[in-house]
Amino acid sequence: MDDLYREIILDHYRHPRHKGELEHPSHTFQDDNPLCGDRIRIDLKVNDQNVIEQVAFDGEGCAISQASASMLTEMLLGKTLDEAKALGKQDILDALGIELGPARLKCALLSLKVLKGAVYGLPTDLDGEED
Amino acid sequence: MFDTTAIRRDFPILNQEMNGHPLVYLDSAASSQKPLAVIQAMDEYYRTYHANVHRGIYQLSERATDAYEAARRKVARFINAASWREIIFTRNATEAINLVAYSWGRRHIRAGDTILLTEVEHHANIVPWQQLAAEVGARVAFVPVDERICCDVSALDALLDQRVKLLAITQMSNVLGTIPPLAEFVTRAHAAGALVLLDGAQGVPHLPTDVQALDVDFLAASGHKMLGPTGSGFLYGKRALLEAMPPFLTGGDMIRRVTREGAEWNDLPYKFEAGTPAIAEAIGLGAAVDYLTALGMDNVRRHEVELTHYALERLGQVEGIRLYGPLDAEARGGAVAFNLGDVHAHDLASILDREGIAIRAGHHCAMPLHQKLGVSATARASFYVYNEPAEVDRLVDALNGARRLFGG
Repeated sequence: MDDLYREIILDHYRHPRHKGELEHPSHTFQDDNPLCGDRIRIDLKVNDQNVIEQVAFDGEGCAISQASASMLTEMLLGKTLDEAKALGKQDILDALGIELGPARLKCALLSLKVLKGAVYGLPTDLDGEED
Repeated sequence: MFDTTAIRRDFPILNQEMNGHPLVYLDSAASSQKPLAVIQAMDEYYRTYHANVHRGIYQLSERATDAYEAARRKVARFINAASWREIIFTRNATEAINLVAYSWGRRHIRAGDTILLTEVEHHANIVPWQQLAAEVGARVAFVPVDERICCDVSALDALLDQRVKLLAITQMSNVLGTIPPLAEFVTRAHAAGALVLLDGAQGVPHLPTDVQALDVDFLAASGHKMLGPTGSGFLYGKRALLEAMPPFLTGGDMIRRVTREGAEWNDLPYKFEAGTPAIAEAIGLGAAVDYLTALGMDNVRRHEVELTHYALERLGQVEGIRLYGPLDAEARGGAVAFNLGDVHAHDLASILDREGIAIRAGHHCAMPLHQKLGVSATARASFYVYNEPAEVDRLVDALNGARRLFGG
């Protein structure tokens, strides 16, 4: 088994969790990585306590980008918006459980970038987190 | 095919392991590796006769100037230019194309004119023309390309009219490997009153190239794709055209005389080489040309046709593979783009990297072509003089491994 493509990553890639779209999301954002053609959209629905009750993602791209988005949706359910804002690069890398070179790091972190766009309502730089 | 065992001894970088596997370098279309002769030529210049060119009275500078100008003559002979004055050193093919777009284009392309490209062009042969067109109110049009057979001459005829002032076309597609029917294209473009710029970034390293036989007006090429160093490249232009063109970059070395009121330009080719040039790189490129000339470009082409034929045959047997470009190796170059089932090209490249196999994945600076193909990315293996059938076998084995990994 190739350690870069651990079974859990391939499982999320083949069977993405929460793939689709929400009908009336409270937060939504889409971004792409033009270099790779990776594209991800994340929809969130929060309740009046700002807890994420529903989440969906859609997208296309490589296994790393799509599996990381799928894993991120699992992390988000039940979290408050503030907790979601606090998620960072290391949370994604811990979930993936692999070492990534700089080129593939962009694939892995696209979903996080999209999440930040959704919760802050604008495109957000990851402030050096990709470096 | 070449005796690659002998050739590979000239390329020290190939003799190493990646992740415990012997390196298989299949990305020469992006940048080729360098033979010792090139590395040593540059090393010798820096160690023993480095000085600026065209200036010094002392011996070091004379020797540096001789070597720099000898490299220019080697390049001129390599593409059979009528004169060494028709060779302008640039950083790469991109800069050479930009030189033409800025110097010739901004003087001769006017509102309502058309710049004709093909659908397989690299961004380097698209964006400079789009910029020029936007600036002067001209139009950029694309000759449609059939993925398997390249360009239909009738498709060119349908677009050629008196508004077309330039046909800018690749000598070989960096994605599909396609070799356009240049003779017909050049004849027709000239008959319609258009000039022809040939983007030789992929063609010059792999095909015998004779600018006089092809009768192209400009040719752009990159040294680093033809065994030379990065930062080396050249523009060929017909002398009468170059003589009539204004300078591109201005400064030292490109002038004959400067007064407070203005300046007079130097002779060709110096008019287009402002500032201290990339001297070591030009000398390295000269050594690369020597290396290719010794191999013989007809032999280089033959080696690549045979290797590409083998690769197309072996790759074609991989379950779920989609090969792009002509399937006849004689009709194409050794850049072979493919996709494998629904495995993303970047995943393929990562998996292959684990096995020590270097391929390119992405849009290869040809996004309009990928839009036409309906994919955001392809994987690409590309071959050169040092590649051998055993490396194709390694590639095929690794692809089968990737298929199993993702198929389960």
